Amino acid sequence: MSEGIGASVKRKEDRKFLTGKGRYTDDINRPGQVHAHFLRSDVAHANIKSINTKAASAAAGVVAVYTGEDIDVGGPICGWVVPNRDGSATHEPPHPLLAKGKVRFVGDAVAVVIAESLQQAKSASELVEVEYEELPAVVDLETASAGAEIHEGMAENRYFDWELGDEEATDKALKSASRVVKLTVRNNRLVPNPMEPRAALAEYDDLNDSYTLYTTSQSPHLTRLVLAAFMFQIPESKIRVVAPDVGGGFGAKIYVYVEEAVCTWASKKIKRPIKWTADRTQAFLTDAHGRDHINNVQLALDSNNKIIGLRVDTLANLGGYLSAFAVAVPTYLHGTLLSGLYDIPAIYTNVKGYATTTTPVDAYRGAGRPEATYLLERVIDQAAREVGMDQAEFRRLNFIPKDAFPYQTAVALQYDTGDYEPALDKAMEMIDYKNFESRRSEASKRGKYRGIGVSSYIEACGIAPSAVAGALGGRVGGWESASVRVDPTGTITVTTGAHSHGQGHATTFAQIVTEKLGVPNSSVELVHGDSDRSPFGMGTYGSRSLAVGGVAISKALDKVIEKSKKIAAHLMEASADDVEFKEGKFTVSGTDKETAFGEVALAAYVPHNYPLETLEPGLEETAFYDPMNFTYPAGTHIAEVEVDPTTGVVEIVDWAACDDFGNLINPMIVEGQVHGGIAQGIGQALLENAHYDENGQLLTASYMDYCMPRADDLPSFKVECTNTPCTHNDLGVKGCGEAGAIASPPALINAIINALSPLGVSDMSMPATPETVWRAIQNAQARAAE
Amino acid sequence: MAEVSLKVNGKVENHEVGENTLLVDFIRETVGLTGTHVGCDTSQCGACVVHVDGVSVKACTMLAMQAEGSEVTTIEGIGSSEKLHPMQEAFHENHGLQCGFCTPGMVMSAIELVSKNKSPSEAEIRDGLEGNICRCTGYHNIVKSVQAGAEKMGG
Repeated sequence: MSEGIGASVKRKEDRKFLTGKGRYTDDINRPGQVHAHFLRSDVAHANIKSINTKAASAAAGVVAVYTGEDIDVGGPICGWVVPNRDGSATHEPPHPLLAKGKVRFVGDAVAVVIAESLQQAKSASELVEVEYEELPAVVDLETASAGAEIHEGMAENRYFDWELGDEEATDKALKSASRVVKLTVRNNRLVPNPMEPRAALAEYDDLNDSYTLYTTSQSPHLTRLVLAAFMFQIPESKIRVVAPDVGGGFGAKIYVYVEEAVCTWASKKIKRPIKWTADRTQAFLTDAHGRDHINNVQLALDSNNKIIGLRVDTLANLGGYLSAFAVAVPTYLHGTLLSGLYDIPAIYTNVKGYATTTTPVDAYRGAGRPEATYLLERVIDQAAREVGMDQAEFRRLNFIPKDAFPYQTAVALQYDTGDYEPALDKAMEMIDYKNFESRRSEASKRGKYRGIGVSSYIEACGIAPSAVAGALGGRVGGWESASVRVDPTGTITVTTGAHSHGQGHATTFAQIVTEKLGVPNSSVELVHGDSDRSPFGMGTYGSRSLAVGGVAISKALDKVIEKSKKIAAHLMEASADDVEFKEGKFTVSGTDKETAFGEVALAAYVPHNYPLETLEPGLEETAFYDPMNFTYPAGTHIAEVEVDPTTGVVEIVDWAACDDFGNLINPMIVEGQVHGGIAQGIGQALLENAHYDENGQLLTASYMDYCMPRADDLPSFKVECTNTPCTHNDLGVKGCGEAGAIASPPALINAIINALSPLGVSDMSMPATPETVWRAIQNAQARAAE
Repeated sequence: MAEVSLKVNGKVENHEVGENTLLVDFIRETVGLTGTHVGCDTSQCGACVVHVDGVSVKACTMLAMQAEGSEVTTIEGIGSSEKLHPMQEAFHENHGLQCGFCTPGMVMSAIELVSKNKSPSEAEIRDGLEGNICRCTGYHNIVKSVQAGAEKMGG
């Protein structure tokens, strides 16, 4: 069986995880290590009048206690800023490593207690006396601008007020429209919840004045960059960051949080390794949350039901501090996606980002794109209902036609390629769309309301073309690096700056090597997650590992092949121009001469017969790849549900997903990514919600209260693909990690509305819990009775 | 502190532990087997599932002392890298894992599920795994894995 590109190769990494040999950060212990426990604010908003650590410092086993006043290095930084409408810059208030003078959300770290055992650290933290002067909490997004000042001098609690698109043209379209469809949606706040909580183990080496940090990171090199260059202001070479096996990320493990930084900083102070592992409630309180937008949407239609304009006014809740990529999520990862896969001539969006006294909000699987897709696919569905068109046919009518690519949207992006109808057709066929009405009537005989919901989505992946990101406010590059080392025996070591925390890179990246060099998959070893062992890299987020990192590997392999050809030419006494390389063999065209890849590898390291005058020995190449454009995966998901009107319980009875991810490296892994994404989207639509009370207390801070999708909440999924290869990268790949989470929430909510529309239900909020659905039915019936 | 004596994966473990030491901490910190994970602290996620005298138990919700005299089996005790347990094999063949963090608990729960019901239906598997949370797979391939594992185990 082939082990190259396109084969469903079984994962190389499975064995260690299945036998309990995975090595996660909390599994690592260092001699002499001590344990850190963070004392956190239990109030949402307060001035700190005093902190007394005397008793805690004297408690049994305590090694050190630090507060904000002890910290002499900087805190987390903002990695992306945008200009305001009036030309001023995003407000970037300081975020100290430990609270200084003020706390801004429940969970804000106030002090760290370091002790011989975790239990001693926790016990001693109860002896720290903090006197708070409480201030009013600011929780509600719609009234945040009128709330108590959270950051000194930041008017109306607003971090930024940004716009994109042509307001005049859009308002003109709205005025001239034969119909304007209006909708307000709330994108509920979620907690990412990778199953492995965040952890850090920091060690200081007195001999070299350097640090090693083992941590749960999606981007170890970025962690090193931020710690060294921005927080500690020491050479990057003085910090090694290792992200060993990491148990899921979904965005929450991109950033450098205060806990990891404080442990690293304190390891030098006390000259002992310090370990910290979040418990689940700390994870709920401190991992950056996701979503939390309110979108006011206006869609303009002409008399032929063609979309002629779209205006979206968005409020985004960004929490008590500005997290690293918090600004990018509701702006350039959201506003730029508002054209969806539709031909919309005029679009305008305004986004206001607010501070509240809640946990900071940042990227969660999809990051901005799920919010854009949700509002768009909801309003499209409503438009189809209002004009009396079939939901699928309304979409088809407005799709960007396949001969229009490259397509310049009204919101900055240029889609390189796509063909949206085949995916819609396929999904409709997979779910037997045409016979839906007979299933609906059959269900109604059982007292159930059956509905079908469509969601056609597009996303921008492969983050990011550096020049574009830089022009839009990004402060980092978007490239990725890779090196390919051919060993003398012909085995291959690939190093990458991308990080695998469930994606299966050890398998899929090896498939690229197998495809290009013809060596077996088992001969390829992937090194990642260690800033000392890989060249500089940007990590894994925004479905970029393959579309950027994989392409970097491909480019490094091309360099290896180019050099190998020269060596082979020498060995075969031919001209390099005449040497061909295929399936692991070099041949000279027009002759029967051949030499194997292994022989070339050996010659590179044992250069007895080698063109040393013109060619260096050895066979190791590095490539950095910066993409020319984003990639644009797209597709259609269709959900079919049955609602019990007496209980409001929604049962998902069928799910069809047809996605265009370009070329696939490993279809098995792609399907797994789609399944997981859909499950998270269903979680958002039906189950999950981070709920704060009016005092800013997170009421859903454990699995007892926050409803995670479980096996019995979900159906099995039908997953298929279409393929329009990406036109601007060597592998023709687009990325698949976030699609499921982007596509699924509107499919499900549209299906519920479709099911209940005979009852007069035309809106549904997320999560559509049984109570929410039941109330919507009651309200609709009450309205009908009036 | 108190003496506790029990068997972990067939090996006798005699140790002095705190009276409040959880079984999961005993397994991870004292015995040094880190395949059993802690994901939630509230007996919800199932990352810490082990077998105590053949019954699946959330090791974050049992004291080490309560396991006195018991036979505890962890993920490290059911198969080896050279010879996987049929359920481990089925997870590998059906891509039933991604990040791997929930996997040990998931496999331990699945083995117990199949020991009670030799050929479970999809609904029975979904119901049986309700106490194990996975954030990566959407459970689709886990269900397939358990079905395949049940067949391999002779269901």
